[in-house]
Amino acid sequence: MAKKIVVTGLGATTPLGGDVATTWKNLLGGKSGITTIDKDWIEKYEVPVTFAGQAAVAASEILTPQEIKRLDPSSQFALISAREAWADAGSPDVTPERFAVEYSTGIGGVWTLLEAFQTLQERGPRRVLPMTVPMLMPNGPAAAIGMDLAARGGVRTAVSACASSTEAIANAYNRLQTDEIDVVVAGGCEAAIHALPLSAFAAMHALSKRNDAPSKASRPYDANRDGFVMGEGGASLVLETEEHALARGAKIYAELAGGSVTSDAYHITAPDPQGSGAARAMLATLAQAGATISDVRHINAHATSTPVGDIAEYTALKRVFGDLLPSIPVTATKSSTGHLLGAAGAVEAIFTILALHGGVIPPTINLDDPDPDIHLDVVTSPRELTGDNILAISNSFGFGGHNAVVAFRKY
Amino acid sequence: MALAQSEVLAGLAEIVNDETGIATEAVQLDKHFTNDLDIDSISMMTIVVNCEDKFGVKIPDEEVKNLNTVGDAVNFIVSAS
Repeated sequence: MAKKIVVTGLGATTPLGGDVATTWKNLLGGKSGITTIDKDWIEKYEVPVTFAGQAAVAASEILTPQEIKRLDPSSQFALISAREAWADAGSPDVTPERFAVEYSTGIGGVWTLLEAFQTLQERGPRRVLPMTVPMLMPNGPAAAIGMDLAARGGVRTAVSACASSTEAIANAYNRLQTDEIDVVVAGGCEAAIHALPLSAFAAMHALSKRNDAPSKASRPYDANRDGFVMGEGGASLVLETEEHALARGAKIYAELAGGSVTSDAYHITAPDPQGSGAARAMLATLAQAGATISDVRHINAHATSTPVGDIAEYTALKRVFGDLLPSIPVTATKSSTGHLLGAAGAVEAIFTILALHGGVIPPTINLDDPDPDIHLDVVTSPRELTGDNILAISNSFGFGGHNAVVAFRKY
Repeated sequence: MALAQSEVLAGLAEIVNDETGIATEAVQLDKHFTNDLDIDSISMMTIVVNCEDKFGVKIPDEEVKNLNTVGDAVNFIVSAS
């Protein structure tokens, strides 16, 4: 018999707000977090894409100067979101050895790496910061959280591109099923709005090029979508066994009912157009949740606004939900936030949890001209979500053929 | 022309404060970097490099292990300047 796992704390810093409450309010308000990048390096390197979902609140406004100095921007977002989630959970008194971290990033400390290389070239090896290695390593954000909150039950980092933080939540689910751990902080972060990643994603024609209309650029399911919009930030969930949460009288947002990963083994970047790997991940997650497709009353889609990606996910959804699909409200919140890569899954997990908890599905913006090949009930203004014992799922897929899905149940 | 001890101490205190957040007043000649100020070896290397830049001296890596107290560092910089 699987243990029941519950969500007891949420934290996020995103292009829509510096915390969960502000982010959620702006999401429900149909706001876009996508803006022009006002940095000299855009012109210096002639970066072809000049906009992104930049963090609404700079990390330097929250953390101390010493924390900023010793943490890569990705770890800064991680720490901000984890502290918010932990406080939201009531800063529980936990046994450190039974407390773990599952925290991801897609790219890692790319700012640190590239600035260190610049220092090496311009000023020589002695001026390369001694903190460079711990700052650039992809497990740095998870380690920073683990140190800050004193988690001694294991700190792990799943790295699977844009599926990373959904995979982290799935890993947390599995870890909590063992008898080793009571509480996990799970999530992901990304801070890759830098000339090189922007140029590299643009080189593969993955990014929208709507430089003249940033807030309209992320448009999942729209016939005129032309790529994703890079975003940055961090998001954290406090997950614990129901037994542990009830014993301490915690507020419970939702049940984490399951989480699974599969892989396509099809192409290094393109999704399998048949969507079979993505479908398997959804079905495995529902099986873990002890649920059927008719229990699913909401889907937070991966839907990045790329021409092929949105279609491939739609195909996978059809495989899983069949005739039921048109009756399930779907939202694509990357339309507002942009694509936070390794943080995307955790941000969207929070949106999925809040939809169940608050009884309202957040809207998809910029869907002016729906793709005639996609037949989904896309929510374009906040919609009531009612029912008992209902499930909502959140999908994430990543370069490398990674598919990760998590399911939450109303509590 | 050697720098004044007080000048070096003040400059070093600023560098330590910038790197670690430790108050400049706490950076006294008799304080041990590790035992009193809780400065780890990674921060120490950053402080050393910043001292080299600020005071125009060279502090060889093999010398760093001898700089146990703030006074050790100040005296080394004064004599090297």
